[in-house]
Amino acid sequence: MSLTFYQSSFESRLLLGSALYPSPQIMLDSIRASETEIVTVSLRRESSTDKSGEAFWNLIKQANVRVLPNTAGCHTVKEAVTTAHMARELFDTPWIKLELIGNDDTLHPAVIELVEAARILASDGFEVFPYTTDDLSIADQLLNAGCEVLMPWGAPIGSGRGLNNVYSLRTMRAHFPDTPLVIDAGIGLPSHAVQALELGYDAVLLNTAVAKAGDPVKMAQAFAQAVVCGRNAYKSNPMIARDLASPSTPVTGMPFWNK
Amino acid sequence: MKIVLNGDTVETACNTLQELLDSLSHEEGSVATAVNKEFVPSNERTSLKLKSGDLIEIIAPMSGG
Repeated sequence: MSLTFYQSSFESRLLLGSALYPSPQIMLDSIRASETEIVTVSLRRESSTDKSGEAFWNLIKQANVRVLPNTAGCHTVKEAVTTAHMARELFDTPWIKLELIGNDDTLHPAVIELVEAARILASDGFEVFPYTTDDLSIADQLLNAGCEVLMPWGAPIGSGRGLNNVYSLRTMRAHFPDTPLVIDAGIGLPSHAVQALELGYDAVLLNTAVAKAGDPVKMAQAFAQAVVCGRNAYKSNPMIARDLASPSTPVTGMPFWNK
Repeated sequence: MKIVLNGDTVETACNTLQELLDSLSHEEGSVATAVNKEFVPSNERTSLKLKSGDLIEIIAPMSGG
């Protein structure tokens, strides 16, 4: 079964960032190797001399993917809402990855402002993808504000630490069985992505793990396989872990066996 | 008059936001704009008169995670 965000369906369960690659061509090759259908982008001040934004946008268009603009770096509701409006016009999409930063050391989401901004944007026709924590009460408020997807962090952005609080994330999955859930941030290795999908998360969003790998294209391939692997494992109803050994080879009938 | 363009104080003789964009050779559709932290849609740039001290943001696509 495919992944659905706001009535749009996708086959890939990997969302990939477009920053930090060694070169534009490696970014493009990595996007293709990852098999992603959704790439995150951002907005910055444009110089009147180098026009780098225009060049970047033309490059992304070659990838033939859906773009998910973010509000990265915003610290206030006002900044985030204004940035979202500029993104909607520039990228011609109602999608917005809503990021509001509450702490510069951890890039912890400013969840109270996040809920307020989400409400403003959703009521104005935006389809909001909120970068949030695993706090269930905030998640409830985001859904009430009009969000139809939640994107809790696994660990701080760029840390590569994986899923810091598996218990909380498992609880979140159980509490919101019908909401698309995406682990956004903290993924460092394909094994982290496998774990997220095994927990029942619908997708993962990552950037640094691919872009900062020694071979980004090969790592992008690895993540493409990881999300398929994790999803298949989740759908196959895994065995229950147990404390003691249980022989897999049948004991009955073995040589020298005495009951 | 002086305005603050993308964080830098500059002198301009442009009367409207659209004139300012034209003077900087920004093509239609390649940038988004805000004035004094409020979004200004592209179809309002011609009617938006610049005032001394305005904070102008001209924004373009950029890589992001």
